[in-house]
Amino acid sequence: MSARWPTIQLTVNGRPCSVEAPPMKRLLDVLREDLRLTGTKEGCGEGECGSCSVRMDGELVNSCLIPVLQAEGATIQTVEGLAPNLESGGALHPLQEAFLQCGGAQCGICTPGMLMAAAQLIENHPHPTMAEIREGLAGNLCRCTGFMRIFESVLAAATQASDRNLEQAPHAR
Amino acid sequence: MRGNAEAHELIAPGSLAAVLDLIAAEPGVWTPIAGGTELMVAHAAGRLNSPKLVSLWGIPELRLVRAAEAEISLGAGTTFLDLRRSALIAKELPLLAKAASWIGSIANQSRATLGGNLVNGSPAADSSPALLAYDAEVEIISARASRRIPYSKFHIGYKSNALAADELLYAIHLPRRFAQHRHYLRKVGTRRAMAISKVALAATALVESGSLREVRLAAASLAAFPTRLYRVEDALSGRPIAKELIRAGRSAILAEALPIDDIRSTAEYRRRVAANLLEEFLLELLGNEERS
Repeated sequence: MSARWPTIQLTVNGRPCSVEAPPMKRLLDVLREDLRLTGTKEGCGEGECGSCSVRMDGELVNSCLIPVLQAEGATIQTVEGLAPNLESGGALHPLQEAFLQCGGAQCGICTPGMLMAAAQLIENHPHPTMAEIREGLAGNLCRCTGFMRIFESVLAAATQASDRNLEQAPHAR
Repeated sequence: MRGNAEAHELIAPGSLAAVLDLIAAEPGVWTPIAGGTELMVAHAAGRLNSPKLVSLWGIPELRLVRAAEAEISLGAGTTFLDLRRSALIAKELPLLAKAASWIGSIANQSRATLGGNLVNGSPAADSSPALLAYDAEVEIISARASRRIPYSKFHIGYKSNALAADELLYAIHLPRRFAQHRHYLRKVGTRRAMAISKVALAATALVESGSLREVRLAAASLAAFPTRLYRVEDALSGRPIAKELIRAGRSAILAEALPIDDIRSTAEYRRRVAANLLEEFLLELLGNEERS
């Protein structure tokens, strides 16, 4: 049965993976069902809410809008890849710490996407202004926090990271 | 997710020549898909009526920004983030850079392509008014030949365009003669980010000796497809920049605009806003003249 589908190679959170999937299967579903990485959430399924945000070849994307065939050979980072050594006692990513400290997460459905959008933002703008934070997260909807605590979390993470030099953090890309 | 991935074939031949050969061999059978920000939404909703799709993502000939002496050429597969990152576009085609920043979110801009925006042909397409105001041409390619037409002739009806079944949109060419022009672009939507426009208006104007030597006006969501406002242009062009222009412009745009009521707005609101946007543009011109 599975032989009818092509084999697609991709690197997810630093690990080479190979999946057999219908080429139009969404990257989101491949991550959650085939690779069991359920940190990435589905919200709207139409690219409006950002819950399924992941990074693909260094760009922020909505994984619900990517047919997995177009991810062939790509390097993907999901929320699980932000703190890769967590289960062996490693630290959270500075953004995750800041979300905890600032109350940036409530129900949690939007949080993985928010974190990925914020990680992308901080890579492009290590010292973001509030306007840049708002633009960087404009495609990520939250129905609990009212957004301000999320923006404050990102600002806090960026400020703390610049204080202790983000480049030295083990999880910084 | 109401669509069924198993019901669709998707292939990625990997080169432009291979895609053109495929659609020449079976015209109308294969639906091109680039960044997927439109077709994957239809797929999720279970309304993607394309059993066979061919991927244009990752084809280098389609994704480029190139400057020649007389024009800037943009590959149809250039993403909106690519456009936003181009210093050349920011400098010479500021309306296009601005429009690119309005398209959805960063995660949409990293995937959505300029060509996809045009081929999808929404009357509200964000990039269209700027391209029309810059007098863009589009280059269309097939295994047989390539041809260039004015972008203003590309849309021929609601969501229909000049492409034959074996053709692809290849590039968008923008003449480099707008350095002296005044530029205007404004979009009115429900919120600043992620919104599809209720109305958008773009304009370029060349002012000489206090008169409108040359003016191009283009709008989104005032007709079945993005369009130049030729009658408004005729009503304004050649005239001195003075308060009287505003009355002439408002009455011309109210006569030419043919918006509809839909989920995003009403025809009446769109007409009023379009007239207000035109007035804002003309007031900017007037302000510039008074200062100079």
